[in-house]
Amino acid sequence: MEFIDYYKVLELDKTATKNDIKKAYRKLARKYHPDLNPNDTAAQKKFQQINEAHEVLIDPEKRKKYDQYGKDWQHAEEFERQKAQQQQYQQQYSGGRTGGFGGAENFGGGGFEGGDFSEFFESMFGGAQGGRQRTTRFRGQDYNAELQLNLTDVYKTQKQTLTINGKNIRLTIPAGVENGQTIRIKGYGGEGMNGGPNGDLLITFAINNDTSFKREGKNLYKDVELDIFTATLGGDLMVDTFDGKVKLNVKPETQNGTTVKLKGKGFPVYKTEGQFGDLFITYKIKIPTNLSAREKELLQELKKLQENG
Amino acid sequence: MDDQYISILEFCNCHQLEYSFIHSLTENGLIQTIIIEEDEYIEQEQLRELERIMRLHYDLEINMQGIDAINHLLNRVSRLQDEVRHLQNRLKLYED
Repeated sequence: MEFIDYYKVLELDKTATKNDIKKAYRKLARKYHPDLNPNDTAAQKKFQQINEAHEVLIDPEKRKKYDQYGKDWQHAEEFERQKAQQQQYQQQYSGGRTGGFGGAENFGGGGFEGGDFSEFFESMFGGAQGGRQRTTRFRGQDYNAELQLNLTDVYKTQKQTLTINGKNIRLTIPAGVENGQTIRIKGYGGEGMNGGPNGDLLITFAINNDTSFKREGKNLYKDVELDIFTATLGGDLMVDTFDGKVKLNVKPETQNGTTVKLKGKGFPVYKTEGQFGDLFITYKIKIPTNLSAREKELLQELKKLQENG
Repeated sequence: MDDQYISILEFCNCHQLEYSFIHSLTENGLIQTIIIEEDEYIEQEQLRELERIMRLHYDLEINMQGIDAINHLLNRVSRLQDEVRHLQNRLKLYED
């Protein structure tokens, strides 16, 4: 657990006044507020740090404790205990007043979500803290998650159960979802504060192409090798599509790079039941290798015929 | 009342808001309200937007004009992000 320099977070020096802290907080909050940086986890993290720094530095008691122990915060409780013992000793031997010793400051109580503060804060000021003045209801934080799927997985609508923060979420993944696309699941984010609504869960799909097809939106592309004889004379060719094999009729004298469109054999259109894009097949004509002497002879003959005719 | 609509009066009570806040939002075209039998409502779909505007206004002290400008810029960012995603996916076609 690392020490957090709250002054550095708010870009202030240690002599900063309450007004300076307020100003710095407002300025940085405007820059990193999650509403101004949607889907930006780095900004959200920074915003939490700013909030935390503000929470400590704006409260004179917390700031005092923070300033007093600084980097030695891990020994804070020990110092407090020693101080208490010393005071008790002094009281006993000076016939001092009785009772009423509270020990270390207690910042406990209140209704803050533990997840809103760093481990450092929790360790120094306790897991939850009171004295929050605002009673506004806060919507919970949005959670971001990445779900890795294969292209073959998103060809059909499917259901998956994800476990997020101990909750099982049954998720319907519509066919045709795109790489990098984000879907929002309402109410499955962080819990709201002061009775505010829960945040949302944002799932971004990272789709790995595990096929020989290339995908662009709803359309698929594939290169298919075609032997020179079928390309020249025409014929049938079996090609793989996403939902099985299809027999293609290759026209005579098909050129290298010719593309044919197979209508409706592409990828499902997102959230449009029964609609599919197209599959584009590009022929890559394969020149024969390891020809026998007889084959070479026949080709030479063909060449002569071509040249003469 | 249909679940589809939320009473502005209830919303203001719930969030301890002045009605003038909602009024200035409608005046600036940031949200739209609907009047049914003399009571004012917002559509449930607009609730998220309304809460977001509330946070910008009360947490960050951004005025209505600022919120309007932010909305335009965020929409633009979102469109550009979609375009980047689309182009990245297209680029992959040539990289693979």
